[in-house]
Amino acid sequence: MPKITRQSHLIEMEKITKSFGDFLAIDQVSFNLTQGEIHALLGENGAGKSSLMNVLAGIYAQDEGQIKLDGNTVDITGPAMAKSLGIGMVHQHYKLVSSFSALDNIALTVPHGTYLSGIRDLRKIIISKMSEIGFDLDIDKQVGKLSVTEQQRVEILKVLLGGAKIIILDEPTAVLTDEESKGFFKTIKLLAESGAAVILVTHKLKEAMNFADRITVMRGGRIIDTITPEDLSEEQLIRLIIGEVIINEPNLSKDIGDRKISLQNLQTTSHDGSIALKNISLNIREGEIYGIAGVGGNGQTELASALMGLSKLETGAILFNGHGDISSMRPDQRRNCGLVYIPADRQKYALAGQLSLTENYAISGLLRHEFGSWLKVNSFKACEKASEAFKEYDIMGVRNLNQKAASLSGGNAQKLVISREFSSNPSFIIAHSPSRGLDIRATAAVRAKLCMARDNGAAVLLISEDLDEILLLSDTIGVINGGSIVAEFEAPTARQDIGKAMVN
Amino acid sequence: MDFLVFWLSNVPSFAAPFALGVLGMIICERSGVLNLGAEGFVLVGAMSGAGVLISLGDYPLSAIIIAGASASALGLLFGFLVVLLRVNQVIAGLIMVFLAQGLTSLISRNMGWVNKPFSGLGRIDFGFLTDIPFLGPVIFGQDIIVYITILLYILSFYFIYRTNIGLRLRAVGENPDAVDAAGGNVILLRFMAILIGAFFLGVAGGYLTVVVAKIWVDGISGGRGWIIIALVIFARWQLWRSIIGAVLFGCIEALIPRLAAVGVQLPQYFILMLPYVVTILVMIWSNLKGNNKQDTPLALGRPYLREERH
Repeated sequence: MPKITRQSHLIEMEKITKSFGDFLAIDQVSFNLTQGEIHALLGENGAGKSSLMNVLAGIYAQDEGQIKLDGNTVDITGPAMAKSLGIGMVHQHYKLVSSFSALDNIALTVPHGTYLSGIRDLRKIIISKMSEIGFDLDIDKQVGKLSVTEQQRVEILKVLLGGAKIIILDEPTAVLTDEESKGFFKTIKLLAESGAAVILVTHKLKEAMNFADRITVMRGGRIIDTITPEDLSEEQLIRLIIGEVIINEPNLSKDIGDRKISLQNLQTTSHDGSIALKNISLNIREGEIYGIAGVGGNGQTELASALMGLSKLETGAILFNGHGDISSMRPDQRRNCGLVYIPADRQKYALAGQLSLTENYAISGLLRHEFGSWLKVNSFKACEKASEAFKEYDIMGVRNLNQKAASLSGGNAQKLVISREFSSNPSFIIAHSPSRGLDIRATAAVRAKLCMARDNGAAVLLISEDLDEILLLSDTIGVINGGSIVAEFEAPTARQDIGKAMVN
Repeated sequence: MDFLVFWLSNVPSFAAPFALGVLGMIICERSGVLNLGAEGFVLVGAMSGAGVLISLGDYPLSAIIIAGASASALGLLFGFLVVLLRVNQVIAGLIMVFLAQGLTSLISRNMGWVNKPFSGLGRIDFGFLTDIPFLGPVIFGQDIIVYITILLYILSFYFIYRTNIGLRLRAVGENPDAVDAAGGNVILLRFMAILIGAFFLGVAGGYLTVVVAKIWVDGISGGRGWIIIALVIFARWQLWRSIIGAVLFGCIEALIPRLAAVGVQLPQYFILMLPYVVTILVMIWSNLKGNNKQDTPLALGRPYLREERH
């Protein structure tokens, strides 16, 4: 652990304030960074972490406050300026040109002389840098065709080759699996040891506790405290972050009924002709959450879309008690049977961002003719229902019912999706990564709603790449690997056993 | 054989304005700025070229350059609207067309430039080279702008694909966020792309009056700006494909007077309609061929604002 003295502060941000219109994103925040440390910036969604870092990286201009670099006040006017000061940021949403090769993307940020000779030099520099930090990457491949991990590596290379001494990583592991995260943190440690200062923006407690030298906690646009991981227990840290404790005890079903859903030998083929789902057979009972664990990209998305009727099954049957085999039904017919879907990518598949909250809420009810006939929409009733539901589901950030759905933060957008999907009292729920990208409070709320539906007797299929989530909620756990269910466990079960089945 | 020689030797001068215009459009749209105002920029160039020859004297090359510069002046306005004010690019583009139509009519009438023939720019005679049967008139019997156009294409290819600034230009049309984060200046890049693009569109217009028609009348571009827009889609923002498209349309346009000359009876209006029929076919073809989205600059038509919250 580096010794923290006032002189050794590489960066000092003093009383930074930034607002967007009426919204005060960060309020009089002071933050410092020491050479060679990994400094975690923890907080819920909307706590102001990203805004603060965007100010440091020159993306946002602060309204008030000043930034000192090595004790000298600097005026960071833009990303170019930040870059020249040695501040590099890997954004949560990668800033890559997907039609360019990795090499071209790096050349865009770190030009070396003229393009033609520069690209030759750069290739050599990148290759030597990659071997130095243990990266493996095809730098001539189009970035759009690289995996998320590889894209992240391109971003990190961009920052490193730009000569950054201060590296800001915004939610770097949000898109990575457990295994990928491990490798990622190995790299980060290496970077810090070589003298860089790393700021890790995250809302994952474990990462901060395990890998950071210091942790700064933000809440509601303010700094709550800066601590070292040894000082506090996880519970105390949670209390700092959200101001209260949410208990993470497994919540298992007390009343499991008869078999409700039976999937029999489901098989599909993906676009490139390879088999996406292989002989998937499983049963889900009333009042049960069946968790599908697995490393992302092993058929989870294909399974969800096959069940919802968004893609065609090659063989197999989906038996739904009281409705027979629903595998040849259209999605709307399946919905009429009581099937609902919470997709992983809510902005893309669950919400129409440019439409109002009410319209987003009412769309499924409209199809059930709850809000008037097909000739006339009873918008008054829709508004009434929507505002009731928004209260019941504790959706925050609703200024009026006509505001665009895109204006909601991730957690509230997800609550909107759930309130809509649950409005029909479904008997079969497919939830795919329902808490992805949500903060602690919203995650707890979303999980509570799933448990509530289960307690009301619904059969729930929970597909999640977050093993903790699977362990907390599932009564039965199936492990998906290479498109088939390779193991099945009854809860409670050991984490390691599931982990083994996931990677074998 | 004579028919073929006459036809093919006329193709380059019909293809050149298309080639120049599409080149300008590709440079502009590769930066992510949708330019539906092509017809307007062509018109301004055409009138300015004619105006120089009529008012200032017989300087055809200067006239062509001034044609480009005047279109760039209109580009300043367009850039101000779409890059700085972030006005809807479709609307701003259409405004450019109607503004240019009115403006060119007004100025040319007041200056007395309408319907005044001038000598313009002729073809180059390479002596014995031009006398080579068949190939001579087709390859060595063109005006200087045709050769400059070919040179411009080679230079532009190098610029777009082999320089750092070309890399930035392409990147800014795909993901301006990435360029901004890399320390590039999105506003400046797009502004420059618009000005250069407008310059080439203006040169294309100047070519129509200075080299082809050798006269100015209202609306002389006759919708070529619109065909240029279609050609950009046909070429899918690729330089080499745009050459093919320009030559294809040059062939069709050059064929029309040849057919009339050899006495093929075709209804006049059918002939005038033909380029547009081909335009529609070309658009259908390029759509059916698929992969359309892949080649379109991802940020095309989207204004860039840094301080947006994600």
